[in-house]
This record gives sequence, C-alpha cells and structure tokens, in this order.
Amino acid sequence: MGEWYWLPDYGWRFVEGIWVTLELLGIALFFGFLLAIPIGLVQVTGPRWLGAIARGYCTMIRGTPLLIQLWLLYYGLGSLFPYFPELRNSFIWPILREAFPYAAFAFILSVAAYEGHIMRGAFASVPKGELEAARAMGMGRFTVLRRIWLPRAIQNVLPTLAGEAVLTLKSVPLASTITIFDVFGVGGIVRQETYRIYEPLIFVGFIYLLITAVLVVLFRWLENRVPSANRA
Amino acid sequence: MTFFANIYELISEWGPNLMGGLAASLQIAVGGYILGLLIGVSGALGKIYGGPVLKWSLEIYTTLIRAVPELVLILLLYFAGTQLLSQAFMAMGYGRVDISGLAAGIAVLGFVQGAYSTEVMRGAILAIPKGEVEAGASFGMGSFKIFHRIMIPAMLPLALPGLANLWLIITKDTALLAVVGYEELALVTRQAAGATRYYLEAYIVAGAIYLAVTLVSNQLFKLAENRVTRGRKSLASGGA
Repeated sequence: MGEWYWLPDYGWRFVEGIWVTLELLGIALFFGFLLAIPIGLVQVTGPRWLGAIARGYCTMIRGTPLLIQLWLLYYGLGSLFPYFPELRNSFIWPILREAFPYAAFAFILSVAAYEGHIMRGAFASVPKGELEAARAMGMGRFTVLRRIWLPRAIQNVLPTLAGEAVLTLKSVPLASTITIFDVFGVGGIVRQETYRIYEPLIFVGFIYLLITAVLVVLFRWLENRVPSANRA
Repeated sequence: MTFFANIYELISEWGPNLMGGLAASLQIAVGGYILGLLIGVSGALGKIYGGPVLKWSLEIYTTLIRAVPELVLILLLYFAGTQLLSQAFMAMGYGRVDISGLAAGIAVLGFVQGAYSTEVMRGAILAIPKGEVEAGASFGMGSFKIFHRIMIPAMLPLALPGLANLWLIITKDTALLAVVGYEELALVTRQAAGATRYYLEAYIVAGAIYLAVTLVSNQLFKLAENRVTRGRKSLASGGA
C-alpha cells in the first residue's frame, strides 16, 4: 500500500501541523461562539435595527465561500495596510504581516455567523414561561440570560454545535492557501518534496479522521454532562 | 471615491471573465448536485433495503467522506481519479485520454455530496408512513411506480430543507476547485485581483456574486417548498 519511507522524516512537522490545526480550530470555536451569543440574541430580543444587522451579517457570511472570505481578508485587506505608514511603525505591524491572524480572524467571523444562526433558533426555542418565571423570581435581565436563557438554549442545540465544530475543523485546510502550514499544508510540503501524491493526502485524511473522532467523543461527553431537555 | 471607481474598472475589464467563471462554477454545481442526488437516492435505498455488505460499505462511504475535509477529498479524487481513469483507458488500448476538468470536478463534488445526500434522503425515506407504501402495493403498483408516485411526493417536503442546504454547500464548494487549478469563479477572481492589483475590490465583487447566487437559490427553494408542501402548511411553517 504505497510508499511510506518519508513518514519518519516529516513526523515532527506533522506534529507541528496538527498543533497549528488545533490552535486555529480552538481559537475559531471559542471566540466564534462568544460572538455567536450576542448575534443570536439580538435577532430574538434586541432592537429591530440591531437584529437586522445581525441577520444581514449571517446571510452574508453564510452565503459566500469561506475561501473567498479568507482571500478577501488576507490578500484584500492585507494589501491596504501598507498604504498607512502609521501602521508600519506601530506595534501591530508584526502581527499584520503574519498570515495566522488573518486565518484566525476569518474562521472566527465564519463560526460566529454559522453558530449565530443556530443560536438564534436556540434562543427562540426556550419556552417564554421559563424566562417569565425567572423574571418573576426577581432575576435581572442579565441574570436570566446567564442562569436560564443561555444554558437552556445551548442544551437544545449542543448536537448541532458539535456538527458545526466538525465542519469548522474540516475547513481549516483552507488556511494552507494563505501560506499557513496546518496538517494539510504539511502534507503539501511532503507532496512537493517527495513527489508522492496519494500517500501524504491519505495520511492527512487519516489524521483528520482521528481528530474528528476525538471531537465527536468530546462533544458526546459534554452532551452527557448537560442534562438533556428530553430526559429532564 | 476610488473604491467604486476601481470596482467599475474591474467589472468593465474583467466582467466577462468573471461571468464565465460563474458559469463554470454553476455548471459544476448543477452537475455535482444531480450526481449527488442520484448517489443519495440509491445510497439511501441501499442503506435501508440493502444486504449487510451493501449497508456496511455505504456506512463506510458516508462516514469517511463526511469526516475528511473536502479539500483533501478533492485533491485525492481529482488526481487519483483522473490518473486511474486514464490508466484504465490506456490498459484497454484506447490510448491516452484527457479527462476534462469539468467532468472531474462534477465527479468529485458529486461523489462528496452523495454522502451527505444519502443521509438526507435516508431520513426522509424513513419518515414515509409505511401504510402509504403498502397501500400503493395493494393497488398493484410496481416498486418503481410506488417510488415515483408515493415515496417521492411523501418524502420531498421532509427532504427539501436538507436538499436546499446541500445546494448552497455545493455552490460554495465549487470554489475549492480553484485549488486544483480549475478556472471557476474563485480562480478567475484571483487572476483578476492579481492583474488589476485591486485585491480587496475583486474579492468583494466575487463575494457579491456568490451571495447573489445564494439569495436567488433561497427564493427558488422557498417556491419549491411551498409547492411540495401544498396541503401540509403545518409542516412548512415548522421548517427552517
């Protein structure tokens, strides 16, 4: 089954690649979800104009390919920064020159839109009576959100969020198109240097299978820890 | 504002190329979608009614495809598929054949979509009340007629939201073919950006085109949904 002599030579680079992939995934899921909460919430309860902006944002991001968003940020936005000489001397210039922040930013924006859309439905699905009961107990609006509304909403959509996390993981290879060496990018290096086409790709696919399996198990564990709406 | 002037210049210079790219993207999306649907229907029927070997191979197919990134699959299938096919033709003595990028793109995206389609279809078929199928059989309908006259109308309202979603996914996934060098919208945009140096403007224009495709598709699917859910309004309002 193919030739694998190259594997030991690139083992360490693959470990680094896995780390980059996990890093991007972690950043995207964490910050993306933090943004998704207000994006979902304002569509259910906020002022109408804010809800419209959030809905427009979700439509825009969900309606365009992530690859285009990534290139728009990296090549498009990145090409503008050199026109501002003040930026060159500022402390953020080293950050703006790296590809990683652009990828992280693009993935965060994408996760925020997809999960924001999910969270809108999740917030809307929590029975009104529960929120009214909490208000009647004298909880403030923020306390209701923190103690009742958000936990109940997440509980309803945890399986959907798990699916979204797997989709995000699978979109990380796009980052390799802007010179980031995630697992897929490392596979590309191997392909170029050894002229083996299939083995590196199969190996990358195998690593992804493993990471996906871990992610699925992790979310299942999380789902078991949260009392499910059906069992309660 | 120079921004709009740049966009105007970009469109007047590269408009036809961008539209050509869009046409290529849509061709692949439509072809891949139809292929995916065919795989999906047969895969779902196989998963439900097939023997253990068929069931297991379909299970492996859907699980593997859905766990591995599209980009990996596209590279793998695009390279491996075209190479294997031309080797097969060589072995059969037909000589060298070049597989067109269009055919390869459709095959790859269709094969990937087939896995997702299979799951959508399976859910919808399983939701068909058994009695309806049995009633058809008792009227003397053959299995094809039952499928065509009873199963499809019964499952479409359930499958349509999932199918709409798959269509939106495949239109966006065509952009991945830019990575293997197929000249669809994303790659043409990249060329336009490089040639004009209006990077930001080019990607914004491309984004707007993709968004327009999504919005138009949404409307069309809404029409289709209204049509297949005639007389089932409760279901229609319950969907997305």
